[in-house]
Amino acid sequence: METGDNIWEVFIQKKPGIAFKHAGSVHGYDKKMAVQNARDAYCRRGEGRELWVVPSASIVSVPMEDADAYFDPQEDKIYRHPTFYQIPAEVKNI
Amino acid sequence: MEKHEAAFNALIEQDLKIEPHDWMPDEYRKHLVRQVSQHAHSEVIGMQPEGNWLLRAPSLRSKQVLLAKIQDEGGHGLYLYSVAETLNVSREELITQLHEGKARYSSVFNYPTLNWADIGAIGWLVDGAAIVNQVSLQKTSYGPYSRAMVRICMEESFHQRQGFEIMIHMARGTKEQREMAQDAVNRFWFPALMMFGPHDTDSAHTGNAMKWKIKRESNDYLRQKFIDKTVPQVEFLGLTVPDPNCRLNETTGSYEHSPLDWNEFHDVINGYGPCNTDRLDHHRNVQQENRWVREAAAAYAQKTETVNSSL
Repeated sequence: METGDNIWEVFIQKKPGIAFKHAGSVHGYDKKMAVQNARDAYCRRGEGRELWVVPSASIVSVPMEDADAYFDPQEDKIYRHPTFYQIPAEVKNI
Repeated sequence: MEKHEAAFNALIEQDLKIEPHDWMPDEYRKHLVRQVSQHAHSEVIGMQPEGNWLLRAPSLRSKQVLLAKIQDEGGHGLYLYSVAETLNVSREELITQLHEGKARYSSVFNYPTLNWADIGAIGWLVDGAAIVNQVSLQKTSYGPYSRAMVRICMEESFHQRQGFEIMIHMARGTKEQREMAQDAVNRFWFPALMMFGPHDTDSAHTGNAMKWKIKRESNDYLRQKFIDKTVPQVEFLGLTVPDPNCRLNETTGSYEHSPLDWNEFHDVINGYGPCNTDRLDHHRNVQQENRWVREAAAAYAQKTETVNSSL
């Protein structure tokens, strides 16, 4: 890649109250150019009211090699789910 | 390795998506890079035949519309280069391959745009064919490619409708305008049909692509779908398809057509179309002429860029 031409991940918030959602990525030499490119590429039809750009290199992810170990506990700790607990039928609103 | 391959096959089997960090066979990655690169280059090179009419558009309204459409095509190219970048190939590498003649783009963009109705025919027929293909690719197995296709399809429907609107104006206009409309259909009909690629029996890459669900429907199936949608639209305009054998088969409900001239297709793909040299020269020259802008942007960023998040 040419010197200084960085990749940025783009996140867009469609309306207030809604979480920012990943839209894709853009190139840009600096953050101002990245924001302008993100607007031009991803917001030509009212897709958002706010956007974030984050240098792609700053995103940290779990290596796929380790994914099983990271996410497995969700499966076997069933006591974290409300359906694990027995409540007498006559008790309401719980 | 076997564990990874099994996980990959299970995702494909269940119609789930493969994401950039998932293990994938080398051939899967290679096929995707080739397909996405060709798709991205087509979007970008496709701006040239349309740009040819930008300064000669017949009204301010048509100029605004054409400019917006061309901007969309540039955007589509950018989404697709981003998809390729998730597969560890940089945009710069892809563009170098294009300039060196190692990467392809759709042969239809090597034809010239000779009259204003060509701009209508491109939006209606060329983008129409692209939509049929891209709607099918929304279900492709590679997540970033699939998401780009969803976005692109949303934007393409405007392209096709603006093209058809131009065709209506031309077909209902003066005798000369009607002739231009028919001339545009005559020249773009077969190139649009060939956008779907070779027949299934001759398509070198189809086998694995279907197995891995990169492609979801075959070239011939999609081509027929496009013909069946489009012939009634040609008739609505009072124009004719440049194919004496194009007629509705009452039994199948589909339109039959003459054999396609694959020699022409291969000639154009291999560099001998009317505009191949112009298209690539233009892209190379612009890249070269803009070099100082990139250098200035890099120098400016180096001097001014700070880590805080305000602009």
